[in-house]
Amino acid sequence: MTASPAVSGIAGRVRRFRSRYSAGYLFVAPSMLFFLVFIFVPLGWSFLLSFQEFGFRTSTWVGLDNYIALVQDPIFRQSAVNTVIYSVFTVAVWVVIAMVLATLIHPLPPRLRTFFRAAYYLPAVTSAVFIALVWKWILNANPWGLANHVLSLFGAGPVGFISDPSPFAGASVALWSVILSSVLTIPAVGVVLYSAALAGIPQELYEAAETEGAGALAKFRYITVPLLKPITLYVAIIYTIAAFEVFERVYVMTGGGPGYATNTIVYSIWRTGFRFGDYGLASAQAFLLFVVIATISVLQFRALRSDVQY
Amino acid sequence: MAEGTAGLERRGAEPRVAAPSSLLPEVVAAPVPEAAITGGTAPGRRQSRRSRLFTLAVLAPVAVVGLFPFYWMVTTALTPRAAAIRVPPTLVPLDATLDNLVALFAQAPILLWAFNSLVIAAAIMVGHVVFDSMAGYAFARKRFPGKRLFFTLIVSSLMIPVHVTLVPRFILVTNLGLDDHLLGVIAPSIADVFGIFLMRQFMQSLPAELEEAARVDGASEWQVFWRIVLPLSMPAVATVAIFSFVGAWNAFLWPLIVLSDRALLTLPVGVALLQQEFSSNIGLQMAGALVGAVPMIVLFLLFQRHFLEGVRVGALKG
Repeated sequence: MTASPAVSGIAGRVRRFRSRYSAGYLFVAPSMLFFLVFIFVPLGWSFLLSFQEFGFRTSTWVGLDNYIALVQDPIFRQSAVNTVIYSVFTVAVWVVIAMVLATLIHPLPPRLRTFFRAAYYLPAVTSAVFIALVWKWILNANPWGLANHVLSLFGAGPVGFISDPSPFAGASVALWSVILSSVLTIPAVGVVLYSAALAGIPQELYEAAETEGAGALAKFRYITVPLLKPITLYVAIIYTIAAFEVFERVYVMTGGGPGYATNTIVYSIWRTGFRFGDYGLASAQAFLLFVVIATISVLQFRALRSDVQY
Repeated sequence: MAEGTAGLERRGAEPRVAAPSSLLPEVVAAPVPEAAITGGTAPGRRQSRRSRLFTLAVLAPVAVVGLFPFYWMVTTALTPRAAAIRVPPTLVPLDATLDNLVALFAQAPILLWAFNSLVIAAAIMVGHVVFDSMAGYAFARKRFPGKRLFFTLIVSSLMIPVHVTLVPRFILVTNLGLDDHLLGVIAPSIADVFGIFLMRQFMQSLPAELEEAARVDGASEWQVFWRIVLPLSMPAVATVAIFSFVGAWNAFLWPLIVLSDRALLTLPVGVALLQQEFSSNIGLQMAGALVGAVPMIVLFLLFQRHFLEGVRVGALKG
């Protein structure tokens, strides 16, 4: 009632701004603060750290030395190569398996569908640590190791699996063993995502194809696969990111070894930063990883924008 | 019956952005058929018996392979120590025993680890439910300068792998005196993108009339959120809660970095430590893995729909 002309100046504007918007700001404040403190500030900080060298309680600016050291370091180079080999093979197999499983599940009656989706998803709800621990036990080099026993039934083996660093088909036996344990883990998230996408393909397309005499394989090849392309890209990207960040499996099964045969980038980041306390070098490795992941993510957002039209 | 309507809701199943049918409030969508929740209705035509048999002949063995590690975990955990290294390996534990579990409880603070995991997972879950839904509410309903910028920033943080922020976060947590403290694990995970995204999506679909009515009756902004919007958003809250809990329970790398006191470890970190402390005792290691895995399996069996739904909206990778 007493709105004097003086208040309707700046003070009035501030008051109006506050009464109109303060609730919105207050509601986002806690999470924005969280993102600032634990994600955005550390991101910049990590960038700065990557140009420093750490001694005991001191750090000095060393320019690009950390990055140069990494590029020249055969161990880091091997970690990068291992990570790429691991990612390429697991992602390729996971995507194919996920698509085939989802396609096979789709026409089943609801009860069976729910059953298989649950059975496939079950292993994904437990920590990778526990599953990796079992795989380490299955793949152990002794004759009582389950994998070696199975091999012995065919007159083969025993194979060292995760303890054998000898080269085999472009990588080491140990790395292939880790890859094997990964691809034998059902890509549950992919199955669920493909299932959702399959439900969006109009049934009429299949019916039309059938009237023209298309068999199951032809329908899969010419209808399902092309129409699932956008989701395939999405699944491939999330799996690529997950594969690039592989850690638990390596930590539990091999500890990066034998030697550096199964060292991966994230394992290397952890070891450099938290075993050896070399924050600068670890940050430089992390930043290289960030560039790779961010590139993949940008591709993902691009791809998602162009949606499929039926 | 359901076939006709389900086709409509199934359109536009793009990942991340699509509001899942089961998460729509009941006002908007009548109870959704079970099939729609798990990803669509059965196609109109029936399969021939032969192709059904072929399908099952592929799917069943895959399920066996996928679930085998669990079977082997249980079997080994129940096998006496000497029998675990028998040739050929015992596929069915006829001489099952609880010795390994007894030894585990006697020689490792497994209950303490379970307690730590529970505290961490519960705290992170509550944090996500409260903070994510607050932010989701603001993004869904409020208008304020900078809203788009904030939202873009939050979404773009998805591109930042946690590994890039590990070192600075550890320095931060250490400076706060929270290293080797459960709070040091909890604090850097107290909110997340997925929850904000999901809550925003869900709250946008709620009718605004109730909130306006409450405001007319003199409810404060907080009361509108806490008493009206949040209770209406329970389906989305449940999904966020379950995913946060399971994610926090299973987390490994960050707890491994922050915690070092043996009594403060979480189950995954503790069980990973068992393989160093009892490297020759595989039964004990498997017993530890079993104790860590079973609670999540039980949760999954109880809340299956929320899990599958959460994945559909882009919950997490791998």
